[in-house]
Amino acid sequence: MGTEIYQERPKITGKKYFGQDYFNLSLYCPTISRKAKPGQFVEVKVSSADDPLLRRPLGIHSVKGNSFHILCEIVGRGTELLSGKQPGGYLDIIGPLGNGFNFRHPASGIRHPVIVAGGMGVAPLVFLAEKLKETKNSKSKMPISVLIGARTKKQVLCEKEFKALGCDVKIATDDGSAGFKGRVTDLLKYLLRAAILKPQAIYGCGPKPMLKELAVICKKYRVPAQVSLEAHMSCGFGACLGCAVKTISGFQRVCKEGPVFNAQDIIWQEDAV
Amino acid sequence: MPSKLSVNIGRLRIENPVMVCSGTFGYAEEFRGLTDIKKLGAIVTKTITLRARAGNPMPRTCETPAGMLNSIGLENPGIDKFIKEKIPVLEKSGVPIIVSIASDQDIDEFPALAKKLNKINAVGAIELNISCPNVKHAHKVSGGGRLIAQDAQATSDIVRSVRKATRKPLITKLSPNVTDITEIAMAAEEAGSDAVALVNTLIGMSIDVVARRPKIAQGLAGLSGPAIRPVAVRMVWEVYQKIKIPIIGMGGIMDTESALEFFIAGSSAISVGTANFINPRAATEIISGIEKYLRSNKIDSIKELTGSLKCRS
Ligand SMILES: Cc1cc2nc3c(=O)[nH]c(=O)nc-3n(C[C@H](O)[C@H](O)[C@H](O)COP(=O)(O)OP(=O)(O)OC[C@H]3O[C@@H](n4cnc5c(N)ncnc54)[C@H](O)[C@@H]3O)c2cc1C
Ligand SMILES: Cc1cc2nc3c(=O)[nH]c(=O)nc-3n(C[C@H](O)[C@H](O)[C@H](O)COP(=O)(O)O)c2cc1C
Ligand code: FES
Repeated sequence: MGTEIYQERPKITGKKYFGQDYFNLSLYCPTISRKAKPGQFVEVKVSSADDPLLRRPLGIHSVKGNSFHILCEIVGRGTELLSGKQPGGYLDIIGPLGNGFNFRHPASGIRHPVIVAGGMGVAPLVFLAEKLKETKNSKSKMPISVLIGARTKKQVLCEKEFKALGCDVKIATDDGSAGFKGRVTDLLKYLLRAAILKPQAIYGCGPKPMLKELAVICKKYRVPAQVSLEAHMSCGFGACLGCAVKTISGFQRVCKEGPVFNAQDIIWQEDAV
Repeated sequence: MPSKLSVNIGRLRIENPVMVCSGTFGYAEEFRGLTDIKKLGAIVTKTITLRARAGNPMPRTCETPAGMLNSIGLENPGIDKFIKEKIPVLEKSGVPIIVSIASDQDIDEFPALAKKLNKINAVGAIELNISCPNVKHAHKVSGGGRLIAQDAQATSDIVRSVRKATRKPLITKLSPNVTDITEIAMAAEEAGSDAVALVNTLIGMSIDVVARRPKIAQGLAGLSGPAIRPVAVRMVWEVYQKIKIPIIGMGGIMDTESALEFFIAGSSAISVGTANFINPRAATEIISGIEKYLRSNKIDSIKELTGSLKCRS
């Protein structure tokens, strides 16, 4: 019954920087690596001291055998401390947490899945693409399409990783320094309207306004959409009730019933900011 | 032979003096696999009200220096659904269950809630949460915006009314947001409470300076975690001088050392709260830590440690 959650101290086996603000850690952790589903996350203790107190939620970025990766943007004190960790050291983590994306088509695999990433929302979607590739309808000639949205070219992440998986990647930047000029949801709208994309399933992760817009578009084009939400989390495993989101069936915990929800189940307008 | 670690809370005997705080352990099922729940001395449930409560708007929590603010707003399924759905799960742990209750509209709800729990054997004790800072219209007494736990007379009235409604051991949970906590503790003792639990959260506030808005939607919220520990230890020490019933100490306990502070200050048992979020094994690690401390200091029973502070003067 229920999915297993572990508290582990995996060894950091690798670290890579992307520019100054992003880094990727690989962790040797058989339990979590084997159980993890795309869209799930881990809660990381960034310091052994009492301050900063809380763990930090980070998506499972990619899984290879007994190891998994996290991809992190340095945005504050916790992620700054985490960026100081070095290979050979150990990290205190709890996971895998949350529900994850539903990526299996009931019958035959999904023929044409489309992934929409905004900003750091790209992090857990690489793992999703890995799994979609394994389970996609093998007869389908349609690729997995990935739309990556970022502020500028410098913030476009994971393009190579998606391409290595055989995905068809399209970029949107706010300033037009790479790909389509505009928001990633505008790019999606254009591709749907022009019938360049005809997805049976859309998967999104990114800032809330982007996901809200995604929900509107997917409703209009009648494509089922799953979105992964963020919330401030004090525990990450359902104990504090601090991460609630309003849905058509009442408040639900983003960390437990989510972070992935059907886009149409979220009551978006209720959300302040 | 009584074990080294067992203590009594009224008629409730617990195998060891380490519990988990209301609102910080879910309904225990969330911790399955993360800690050995069976080892806990007792589990205190999230506070339950008569009717279901959806809780407060988001954001409900934020991190603060060595602590956190929360304004969950007593989200819970209501007593009937709780009894039907959560008690059976809690019962399976084999650990005494202490059900925390509160009124959110009318203070007569306290005895009504207690009566509903009377018949349930797994309920080892009832905790009266008269100190939640996060419910707008709850617990308001004396016509002003005060908590029950900020008024000795109101505390006394509530404890007395619940005392009449149940034979289960009663624990009264006190607020640190008072001028003199000993007054309230004495009122609870006098009215028939079997123990007092302290402290609930300190009322606090944190501001996003860019937006110039409170970081918590409701504005005010309850501060917990290591940041409040010295205040909590002080209050346990003050209360210990004034009452005879057991004190359950809490507030920022993270590990064995911080738990021991509370025993030495006068607690008979302690409760682990916010620490569960960061280290789900904190409470069970503290149990072994206390055993080790007693052994290496040649202390026969945890009871000898309670209030054993040596004063400097
Ligand atoms: C389910 C989930 C998955 C995530 N996956 C990733 C990922 O793969 N890569 C990545 O770089 N980031 C991810 N994030 C965001 C990441 O958790 C925050 O950037 C991080 O907590 C910031 O911590 P800080 O101390 O550096 O920032 P500060 O702003 O100093 O943090 C202060 C407090 O706010 C919280 N907080 C701040 N920003 C966020 C946020 N966006 N979401 C939730 N809590 C926040 C922190 O946890 C901390 O408690 C994810 C968030 C969630 C909820
Ligand atoms: C997220 C959260 C929810 C809480 N909910 C309740 C509650 O429902 N009832 C209650 O009596 N106390 C509640 N508390 C207070 C704790 O039980 C405890 O008294 C307080 O947090 C101090 O202990 P700590 O510093 O170890 O957390 C809550 C605390 C937190 C952090
Ligand atoms: S973060 Fe604690 S319940 Fe979701």
